[in-house]
Amino acid sequence: MSAAPAPPPAGPVLAIRGVTKAFGPREVLRGVDLEVREHEAVALIGASGSGKSTLLRCIDLLEEIDDGDVFLDGEVITDPAVDPVAVRRRLGVVFQSYNLFPHLTALQNVVLGARHALGVPREEAERRGRELLARFGLAGREDDRPDSLSGGQQQRVAIARAFAGRPRALLLDEVTSALDPELVGEVLDAVRRLKEEGMTMLIATHEMSFAREVADRVAFLHEGRIVEIGQPESLLSDPRREETRRFLRRLLEAGRI
Amino acid sequence: MLDGFWLDVKLFMAVEAAVLVAGLVVALVRHSRAPALFPLRLLATVYVDVFRGIPTILLVYLIGFGVPALRLSGLPTDPVVLGGIALGLSYGAYVAEVYRAGIRSVHRGQRDAALALGLTEAQAMRHVILPQAVRRVAPPLLNDFVALQKDVALISILGPAEAFRIAQVIQGQTFNYTPLIAAALLYLLVTVPLARLVDRMGGAEGVR
Repeated sequence: MSAAPAPPPAGPVLAIRGVTKAFGPREVLRGVDLEVREHEAVALIGASGSGKSTLLRCIDLLEEIDDGDVFLDGEVITDPAVDPVAVRRRLGVVFQSYNLFPHLTALQNVVLGARHALGVPREEAERRGRELLARFGLAGREDDRPDSLSGGQQQRVAIARAFAGRPRALLLDEVTSALDPELVGEVLDAVRRLKEEGMTMLIATHEMSFAREVADRVAFLHEGRIVEIGQPESLLSDPRREETRRFLRRLLEAGRI
Repeated sequence: MLDGFWLDVKLFMAVEAAVLVAGLVVALVRHSRAPALFPLRLLATVYVDVFRGIPTILLVYLIGFGVPALRLSGLPTDPVVLGGIALGLSYGAYVAEVYRAGIRSVHRGQRDAALALGLTEAQAMRHVILPQAVRRVAPPLLNDFVALQKDVALISILGPAEAFRIAQVIQGQTFNYTPLIAAALLYLLVTVPLARLVDRMGGAEGVR
């Protein structure tokens, strides 16, 4: 409940403490602890179904957690008294299957949040929207609808859309998993650019080489808990935990590393 | 008879406009999740169940003859108005269900993406879900309107001089079926272009 804009908080941008989430009898998150500091990119790795997407959805309050707390800039956001709409305006999400709005053009997709959630005047929102699209290599595609764009272009529009609200942190959910292999590179380039600009990010990913390159830390989610977290080099090359080793070995065997 | 048909067309347009709005309101109420709206949601569900379940002709009878029989002041007694209300209640229930099917057909990820941008539930509905839903259900909605345009003839049982009624009267006087055929052609004059419109919209949807 801070009134005046506070100085940049010294603590982590995102802090997740003991978060649990079950769907019926299925316990997906069993007490997740994780921090993401300012300008830090944390890669979240783990098998399909390990709860990576669920964790990101819980942070953006798209799912209600059962127990634990999530803090954004030191304020608890998972309290029932907190307005989820106000929280979501401070976060950005990029979804695995883009989820662009098919009835709107690329530019309209990018400016919708700024115009209606943040109340930015139309001209200003569109000027910045064009700028953002250009920055992600989409100049000239402003008036195209999603179905006339490639998967890679759609995902870059989605990244621009999530970034347009100047979020405190971006949550990226397997942003390359739905793409044809030859389109993965252009989307990873877009994420690299976000990293260069100092964006705070939590990135659920299957791309280990990408995690190694972009992430400051890598967290391994296994059976609903973060079982190991560390520098990409040490965690991916010399994991301490047996579960991590097994996971990486399976990826290696599947030719995914 | 042309005057009678003009009455049909005017009634059709008035009822259609009312049904488009009321159907949407009912669909939104039925789709809502807020606990506070539960009484309204119940009311909307009962409304759809009842008015979709009663034959339209019976509704026209019940309202057209029943409401004046109550002899309450303030209630309309004009058979055209009463007939229009009966048709509106019946078609409103159908159209509400068409809208609702459209809203439900929009992928959940669309709502997630809208909320993730910081839109409220209402804004997500208004800017993201409804525009897609309405586009999808435009063909079935038009289909219902073709049916409504024909069913306007049902108010003839209440006595107003609409096309079918006039055709019956002339036929009764002359023992000649030509007036009924003329009336049929008049209806086709409106319903066939509407049907072509449905086709074109369906085609456009396929291309998109």
